[in-house]
Amino acid sequence: MSSEPSISAAHPIYRSTAKGIPNIRAYFSEFWRRRDFAVEISRAGLRAANADSLIGSFWLVLNPLLLAGVYYILVTLLSGAKITDPMRLPHIVGGIFVYYFYAACMTQGAGAVTSAGKLINNTSFPRLLLIYAVVRTAFFRFMPTIPVFFLIYLSRGQALNWHQLLAIPALMLLMSFSFGIAALLSVLQVYFRDTASFLPYINRVWLYVSPVLFYPERIFNHLGNLSYINPLYSLIGIWGEVLTRNESAPIQMWIAATVWSISTLVLSCLLFMVKERDFAVRI
Amino acid sequence: MISLSEFDIPPESTSDSSDINTSRLSKSVTGQRAILLENVSVTYKTAYDRQRGFKQILSNPFQRGEFKVVEAMDNVSLEVNHGTVLGVIGHNGAGKSTMLRTMAGILRPSQGFVEVHGRISTLLALGIGFNSNRSGRENILLGGLAMGMSRDEVEVKYQEILKFSELGDYIDLPVRTYSSGMVSKLAFSVSVHFDPDVLLIDEALSAGDAAFKTKARDKMFELMSSARTIVVVSHALSTIAELCNDAIWMDHGKLMGRGEPQEMIDKYMEHVHVKNSAVTNDDF
Repeated sequence: MSSEPSISAAHPIYRSTAKGIPNIRAYFSEFWRRRDFAVEISRAGLRAANADSLIGSFWLVLNPLLLAGVYYILVTLLSGAKITDPMRLPHIVGGIFVYYFYAACMTQGAGAVTSAGKLINNTSFPRLLLIYAVVRTAFFRFMPTIPVFFLIYLSRGQALNWHQLLAIPALMLLMSFSFGIAALLSVLQVYFRDTASFLPYINRVWLYVSPVLFYPERIFNHLGNLSYINPLYSLIGIWGEVLTRNESAPIQMWIAATVWSISTLVLSCLLFMVKERDFAVRI
Repeated sequence: MISLSEFDIPPESTSDSSDINTSRLSKSVTGQRAILLENVSVTYKTAYDRQRGFKQILSNPFQRGEFKVVEAMDNVSLEVNHGTVLGVIGHNGAGKSTMLRTMAGILRPSQGFVEVHGRISTLLALGIGFNSNRSGRENILLGGLAMGMSRDEVEVKYQEILKFSELGDYIDLPVRTYSSGMVSKLAFSVSVHFDPDVLLIDEALSAGDAAFKTKARDKMFELMSSARTIVVVSHALSTIAELCNDAIWMDHGKLMGRGEPQEMIDKYMEHVHVKNSAVTNDDF
């Protein structure tokens, strides 16, 4: 016991009290400081996925491509609809690709906390990092599908246009919404373990009622302004409009998408932060 | 494994000790506060009879599952200064592990206030935070990053950890392929090599074979000599007596006493009517 201790300057103090939600500023400061932790979880997940398969990461492209092919056959050929619109295939492919990014956030997000039992029981860190890791992983699995989409788009004789740049803010809004939904589902799964079991059905229904396989006006013609109750009507609707129809999407869609995205992100994260103090005794 | 967080709301005042429970005793080694618990209680509900049969669900779909309220810590106040090696003894269910996990920030107090100064590292008996599908190398990186270290800082420590853990080429294999002794060695190596200011150990000192135990003990003494704060929960009373310069005794969530390790051990043994034997002493 001879020498004086030198306390790590970067870790001056940890305080925990019984009441109230965590200090938001301190929480996100800690979140930011440990972001590499989430990045590494995500990277390891990406490396592990399909590691044992013959064609490995090529499945990242092949899987949504096959799904898009199946849905294209269902929607156009089997339904007997005439294929007069050259953009129908790119619309379905682009929609399926981005929807499966969202669906991955939902399903992986639901298990993000319950599958991290050992980590949560042994380590103190802002648990939202687990959600960040899930969304990052889903995003990097989605990325390879973008060039595939543009190959299909260009193969239909279409030219690139400036409206397609609006897909970037559209994707950011969808990512924020996906982050919020992933956080919400992860909390629900801690308290109601049946949540994840319902997700395959919710995913399927949500796909059919969103403008993934159909253009947004087809839904709007049936439901009118009620269409905006479905967040994906505006969030994925914009994506399809700007990417495949050379349009910037109606302003109402942008407003609805922004409101859904920000409100879901903020409210779900607050709920998560309040509830995360219980995770260690609940999982 | 390793933990630290500092994202809770600080209280209005942390310096006013007037409301601190009189059972808190302070033992100064360096005069620098490392850990403060003020009137900390930890209560949580745990579900049992969670699985209801199909018939039960049909007969009463809205009946909620049975819950038991666990009072794991009851109004515990404690101050530990840097340089202290604090032993925690008590029966199973006394609240020892809960106290460590509360200090680590894994559990939040239901009442009271916890303050820890410095970088915390934990070595807990509940299982290390390793992902068994990932390699030892990846888990070392994850452990360091979880602690808030940068990749470069972890890289600097990596070789030391690899050498100390004696895992050799196994370091690149998934942790699920390790023996339990190898996992323990890796966990111990990770927890002590990331320069913790406060090291929290829960029933996890008996890592590895005889040679490794000796090395682990030497490493513990090295940490102690550099005035780190160590809190050790162990049923191996000889370990407490050998390693610690301070001890507390817990019983049913309450702090029963604090003092010299041997004094606390004697009181505890007297309380549970058990005599000193090899069974109560073994660890390192």
